Amino acid sequence: MENKKNIIELKNITVRFGDNDTVLDNINLSIGDGEFVTLLGASGCGKTTTLRLIAGFLEPTEGEVFFDSKNMSGVPPYKREVNTIFQRYALFPHLNVFENIAFGLRVKKVKEKEIVEKVQSMLELVNLKGFEKRQVGNLSGGQQQRVAIARALINDPKVLLLDEPLAALDLKLRKDMQNELKALHDRTGITFIFVTHDQEEALSMSDTIVVMADGKIQQIGTPTDIYNEPVNAFVADFIGESNILDGIMVADYKAKFAGHTFECLDKGFEPNEPVDIVVRPEDVDIVPVEKGMLKGTVTSVTFKGVHYEIIVDIQGFKWMIQTTDYCAPDSVIGLFIEPDAIHVMKKSIYSGLIGDYSSYSEEFDELSIVDEDEKEETIEEAKEV
Amino acid sequence: MKKRSFLDTFAAIPHIVWVILFIIAPLVFVVFFAFTDTYGNFTFDNISMLSSYAHIFVLSICFALIATVICLLIGYPLAFFISQCKPSTQKVIIVLLMLPMWISLLIRTYSLMALLDNGGLLNSLFEVIGIGRVKMIGTSGAVILGMVYDFLPYMVLPIYTSISKLDPKLLEAASDLGCSNFKTITKVVLPLSAPGVVSGITMVFVPSISTFYISQKLGGGSFDLIGDTIERQFQNVSTYNVGAAISLVMMILILISVAIMNKFSDDGGEIIV
Amino acid sequence: MKTLSRIYTWIIFILLYAPIIILILFSFNDAGTLNKFTGISFKWYVELFRDQAALNALRNSLVLAVSSSLLATVIGTLAAFGINKMRSKFLRGVIRSLTNIPMMNPDIVTGVSMMLLFVAAMAVPFSPLKKLGFTTMLISHTTFNIPYVILSVLPRFKQMDIHLTEAALDLGCPPGRTFMKVELPLVLPGVISGLMLGFTLSLDDFVISHFVSSPDFQTLPLYVYNQTAHEVKYSMYALCALMVFVILVLLLLVNFAGKKGEETKPKKSSAKKRRQQMRELLSGKENAQ
Repeated sequence: MENKKNIIELKNITVRFGDNDTVLDNINLSIGDGEFVTLLGASGCGKTTTLRLIAGFLEPTEGEVFFDSKNMSGVPPYKREVNTIFQRYALFPHLNVFENIAFGLRVKKVKEKEIVEKVQSMLELVNLKGFEKRQVGNLSGGQQQRVAIARALINDPKVLLLDEPLAALDLKLRKDMQNELKALHDRTGITFIFVTHDQEEALSMSDTIVVMADGKIQQIGTPTDIYNEPVNAFVADFIGESNILDGIMVADYKAKFAGHTFECLDKGFEPNEPVDIVVRPEDVDIVPVEKGMLKGTVTSVTFKGVHYEIIVDIQGFKWMIQTTDYCAPDSVIGLFIEPDAIHVMKKSIYSGLIGDYSSYSEEFDELSIVDEDEKEETIEEAKEV
Repeated sequence: MKKRSFLDTFAAIPHIVWVILFIIAPLVFVVFFAFTDTYGNFTFDNISMLSSYAHIFVLSICFALIATVICLLIGYPLAFFISQCKPSTQKVIIVLLMLPMWISLLIRTYSLMALLDNGGLLNSLFEVIGIGRVKMIGTSGAVILGMVYDFLPYMVLPIYTSISKLDPKLLEAASDLGCSNFKTITKVVLPLSAPGVVSGITMVFVPSISTFYISQKLGGGSFDLIGDTIERQFQNVSTYNVGAAISLVMMILILISVAIMNKFSDDGGEIIV
Repeated sequence: MKTLSRIYTWIIFILLYAPIIILILFSFNDAGTLNKFTGISFKWYVELFRDQAALNALRNSLVLAVSSSLLATVIGTLAAFGINKMRSKFLRGVIRSLTNIPMMNPDIVTGVSMMLLFVAAMAVPFSPLKKLGFTTMLISHTTFNIPYVILSVLPRFKQMDIHLTEAALDLGCPPGRTFMKVELPLVLPGVISGLMLGFTLSLDDFVISHFVSSPDFQTLPLYVYNQTAHEVKYSMYALCALMVFVILVLLLLVNFAGKKGEETKPKKSSAKKRRQQMRELLSGKENAQ
């Protein structure tokens, strides 16, 4: 991947709606040819705006978009070699499946015979053979999704932009489509730029993840990098579950937090520099109290199938721990943390805002995601008006 | 910024040009003619002359008001009854109510004239019963009847729309709280349908006050309403300016009354009903 | 109570329809009088079709209705598209309320104001406008048709998923062709009902035409008016009956066009849609006088 040239480059991109509503703040991003890149972030972080910049629906207030080293400013969407899969597919309701897929070729005035051939091979590619004459309104969500993919891919785009394409599907279908999209990417070799707020989706599909928040890029990296080495509290919290604590880097390889000094693998900080410490819930071992580095009281236990999720109160800070051992609520347990389970991060504006599980509630979490999703749409629409 | 294509930017331009040339400019000319004499010199004469037409304004307003009140008295119960029917029946009745609105008012007035005529069907019916011929064309009653007949659907439809939008649970709640049927209507339905009543009144009053055809055909020429007066001024080039002045005053009058009506419906419509 | 209200409703409707039905019936009256029905005859219709002036008026009416509704549909549809894309809420509001002036104003004021404009335009030296006639009628009818076209097309543009336009652009379709290939087909039901509405209104209009026409370009309503001003020709009743019939057929067509569009938007309940349609028709006809 590394030796390939960059197909898309965003340089110093800033997007403002109105005078002081900054949606993207000095974004720099290079995307290599053939990569599967995911823009990941909560609603309103600017990921959809970034996608619309690349597609050409928006012009940046400052900065430039380069495509194959060519400056794209002023190039309208219909002259760009990128195609988009829209969130709700945006299939043309007045055309049937065949005509939807053939749309791009018809615009280019391709010969009828060639159109028929290409549409047939596309239908095969997305497993929709025999659906040519169907009206798009009568298709299921998954089938509409496939039509949308075929309609985009038939134009041989260099880059495929996918705007939360799986958000409208139910869980089971979403998993299937994740695999299919991944396979499609491998087969076609086209660059995919995928927008999602679902961290699991991002981790399982991408070559590169771009974590965004508040109109800024927080971190760019492979899924493992992002998970194991988050640069700040926001990324650590957004990707997977994590306990984020205030700590002090006493010296290289020595971090002090939760009233205890731990061995760790990090170095290069000032002596006694305040830092954020990340400990993933699955990396904490439960041991008898006397053998523990820390001890705490179990406040709640939830059975999750593969493991138990327990919340442990240690000096007022609520830890989340995932373990296969059952612990009774209100029991006192000891915790043991290996040096490689500790990840040290520099302080950032997100320090102290997140990381405690004292007000943790799953249902609430999921509800708010759906809610914010809708909100983002309306906010963005409102801004564009 | 979101990109806009050439088409996005300029699609409305022909329309905007049309609006300026053929909607705004004509109104400017009404004002211009109202304040000039036949030679194009500025003058207030046309406006000050209007005092001699005061009785026409008064008569027109009276006729229009009476017609509006009658339409309201007939139309409100009708709208209420329709809203109480089965949904399928309601659909049919509403279509039946709208059909006459689409038939040219000229023809509907004409048909009423044929019916009321001295040699018409109604009078020959009267003769058979033994009442004898009654002169109807040319009476103020015929003119008002014409207005009511022509514009009644405009009163019923908006009222029906606002009543049918009421939540049926409201009516249940009202009777649950001990309102009798009659009380439910006066305390709940009437106030809540006020916006419909307001637009109904507007929609009857405005065409009634500006009509000239009804008064000519059914009034037999014995009544001069604002519409007739305006129409007559425009038959002769020398009186265009007076006609423009009358039109302008009528337009302002209507604007004011519509504004007042809308104000009433904003502050809760009890005042009207 | 129930029976009473039913009787009341029946009476009102009978009174509402009686004059029209009697008019239609008596247009077949052999005797040619309004007080006694002596037998069915088509002779008044025959006479009507021998009346060259009436046929001319019919032709004029049709030419005018077709051309003014087409012109209004083109301008109005483009305008609805443009208004929908406008960024400034203020500008949108101003244009919409200015557009609605002919709908709010009494027809007589609209007619008079247009007449004054034309009179002034004719007074200008070397003016292309020489006299009242087809041109002035066309302009006036187009003017009062445009708001109704916008009224029936704009909601369609508003309901359209904005991503459909973007999808077409994204697939390489320039804006002009996107309009023809995607946007126009999707708003077509609204365009057609706007066109029909305009056609009907133009055919129906008397008051505005009365002020901007000349004797050498007469439409049917004008012809009826002028005929009844003097001695009433009995064939006029046949003409009126015919016009009622034509309007009824047109209305059915408009309804049909509206119904077809309904299927593409299953979201809206039919009752809601019906009410909205009614409101549209209502505001559409509120100034027929």
